[in-house]
Amino acid sequence: MKPMTSAAVAALVCLLVLAPITAVMAQAGWPERLGGADWEALRFTLFQAVLSALLSGVLAVPVARALARRRFWGHGALVLLMGAPFILPVIVAVLGLLAVFGRAGVLNTALGAMDLPPVQVYGLHGVVLAHVFFNLPLATRLLLQGWGAIPAERFKLAEALGMRPRDVLRFLEWPMLKERLPGVLLVIFLICLSSFAVALTLGGGPRATTLELAIYQAFRLEFDLGRAAGLALVQLVLVLGAGLFALRVASVSGFGAGLSPGRPLPWAQSPWLRLQDAAVLTLSASFVAAPLAMVVWRGLPRILALPDVVLSAAGASLVLALASTVLCLAAAFALASARRGWAEMTGLLGLAISPLVLGTGLFLLINPYYNPAALALPVTALVNALMALPFALRVLAPEYARVERDYGALADSLGMRGLARFRLLLWPQMRVSLGFAAGLTAALSMGDLGVITLFADAEQATLPLQVYRLMGAYRMDDAAGAALLLLGLSFALFALFDWGGRRGA
Amino acid sequence: MKHLAYATGVFATLASASTAETPELTVYTYDSFVSEWGPGPKVEAAFEAVCDCDVKFVSAGDGAALLSRIRLEGARSEADVVLGLDTNLIAIAAESGLFAPHGVTADFDMPVAWNDPLFLPYDWGYFAFVHKKDFAAPASFKALAESDAKILIQDPRSSTPGLGLLMWVKAAYGDEAGAVWQGLADNIVTVTKGWSEAYGLFLEGEADMVLSYTTSPAYHLIAEGDDSKVTAKFDEGHYMQVEVAGKLASSDQPELADAFLAFMLSDAFQEIIPTTNWMYPAKTPQTGLPEGFETLITPEKALLLSADEAAKLRGDALEEWRKALSQ
Repeated sequence: MKPMTSAAVAALVCLLVLAPITAVMAQAGWPERLGGADWEALRFTLFQAVLSALLSGVLAVPVARALARRRFWGHGALVLLMGAPFILPVIVAVLGLLAVFGRAGVLNTALGAMDLPPVQVYGLHGVVLAHVFFNLPLATRLLLQGWGAIPAERFKLAEALGMRPRDVLRFLEWPMLKERLPGVLLVIFLICLSSFAVALTLGGGPRATTLELAIYQAFRLEFDLGRAAGLALVQLVLVLGAGLFALRVASVSGFGAGLSPGRPLPWAQSPWLRLQDAAVLTLSASFVAAPLAMVVWRGLPRILALPDVVLSAAGASLVLALASTVLCLAAAFALASARRGWAEMTGLLGLAISPLVLGTGLFLLINPYYNPAALALPVTALVNALMALPFALRVLAPEYARVERDYGALADSLGMRGLARFRLLLWPQMRVSLGFAAGLTAALSMGDLGVITLFADAEQATLPLQVYRLMGAYRMDDAAGAALLLLGLSFALFALFDWGGRRGA
Repeated sequence: MKHLAYATGVFATLASASTAETPELTVYTYDSFVSEWGPGPKVEAAFEAVCDCDVKFVSAGDGAALLSRIRLEGARSEADVVLGLDTNLIAIAAESGLFAPHGVTADFDMPVAWNDPLFLPYDWGYFAFVHKKDFAAPASFKALAESDAKILIQDPRSSTPGLGLLMWVKAAYGDEAGAVWQGLADNIVTVTKGWSEAYGLFLEGEADMVLSYTTSPAYHLIAEGDDSKVTAKFDEGHYMQVEVAGKLASSDQPELADAFLAFMLSDAFQEIIPTTNWMYPAKTPQTGLPEGFETLITPEKALLLSADEAAKLRGDALEEWRKALSQ
């Protein structure tokens, strides 16, 4: 792809993020200094985000490794399951988690039956637990991709040289992790940075105040746009700082090209290691599956009796998700093709800005010229694409870099450019990642409440918005049914793209 | 298919062109009002039957989001009427200078007198803790603080009932409010972003009581035939929420807006409120309240701070709350 294209996309993304903040500040003036409570919120936000990212990333290593080196019945399904928690709307995921870990949850009921003291979930550990539930699977999938990028020949060679698992770790896996893990940690850190409802509910109260909640307070309670914009700027600076740090830490592994990427052979066959992997997979799969099972269980009784408006909202959400996916993938591919630090940083911006500030800023920009309600769905599609961009980029960028590193010179010498290069080189090499990125984007866009609440009128609603509306109208059972429909549709979209990418690759 | 048409944005302009003949009344309100299950669709049909106009509801999150939106839009706003502010927001709304006097005098069926020149109430309710019938609920905040009862509340910074509870404790205890919150700290299971999360968790059995309204059991009784949910009556009295509407000074349909505000207090509108918004109508309709409402508790004392007092006390009350619960 031409460098011009990626530069243009980067400029567009910057504009889309910076123009709304500027609009909010233009309305309110330069923000005043932050108060003591804000610094407390900042400290807590950083602390829980670092903790959540580290724990999710570190725990994901053995899980991804076990998935990479074992083949068993249900392997594909397990890999697919690892996409699921990430795509749940926050409120649904929280209810699912608490149905397992809450005071009246499955875990405490079981402990009570065995005369054991109950486990208290609310607190910092609850916040981290929830964030690990959301992000461990994502980290696993991203790292699994890293394992897939080590050519199978290298593992064969290692086997022929009589390397033990420890040596494989040192010579093959560790260099790969050094390249990929910083980016994975960064993206999880960013998600947790803007966490709000999860942190508050599982944190047990105002101790768990995050920056996003402080922004909410400034907006709603104090009607202080300037303070909200100031807090949003602090968040932006944090993200860019963390991004620069991660880029410096990450190194390039350079395994060289192989004939069969994406298919590592099962190695390390000792019974002890097999048992260890089995334990790791069983534990992580049940951790991920239990809250999901509760969501399914709660939703099943009403899934077939949902009101028509919920079904038409589901239709709108599907269209929205597909539109966001096209936009996001095009942008991510263009940015990935630059293979430069600035392109990666630009991609992060989508997560760096508070959705509330972004929505308000866009509203301020559109309102003088056009009725924002008429643009609710297009704007939501655009914002969802922007918010999914860091994830798509995290999936595509390392793969793009790998393909160009391994085959770029050859393709250049053959004069392969434009569409031919995409068709003959990039597509066959990257289809697994493209499928995964598309699935992730579609599902994220489907489940995200996004900015629709700031723009919608009575007739426009997405499925997540209808879930909230049902809950707001006391109809918790219908809401559970609609949430299950949402989970099913998001997961179906995710599975379709993901499976389509992996099939025959 | 309507949604899909909107998604492409193609038909939006066509649709508005075809209805340009009849005057259009734009009402900004909160999201749960316009939802399929809220009063919105019925109110729209009832008013359109008498006004020879087109009613367009535009929703914006909740009451606080609604007010920010109006403030952001200023005099350019397309809104003719804003419906869904409450007493906590009235002071800031009035200060914005965007609202025009309603000029309506009416006898309200509310426990407090009402004479605000800019805003007219359409419904009201009492905040209360909902619990299951078989739970022995405490009868005051002090008794609650001393008990082992576990409660779920909402964050005042992001939720209307959460803010209502903050003002409830402040109105009942004044300078002692901070100490009361300290006593309550160990009863609070968690604080949620909004009402839905807390109520959902309560129904899942996460706590003994949840902050909601005295009218909440009416939903379970009337819509679900379930009489197992009741509310606890507190000796301190119960804080009220009064929901109001106002006319915008910049409206291009001032007569229609006046007609809507008058209609709002008529039986046709008020009859819709109890079983869609699950609140008390501001003016009880001829037909009375729906069957089931007579089972609800009636607090001995109604607490409500004036808009100015509420605005003045809020900052300190929030800081007391935050400090007490952060320890």
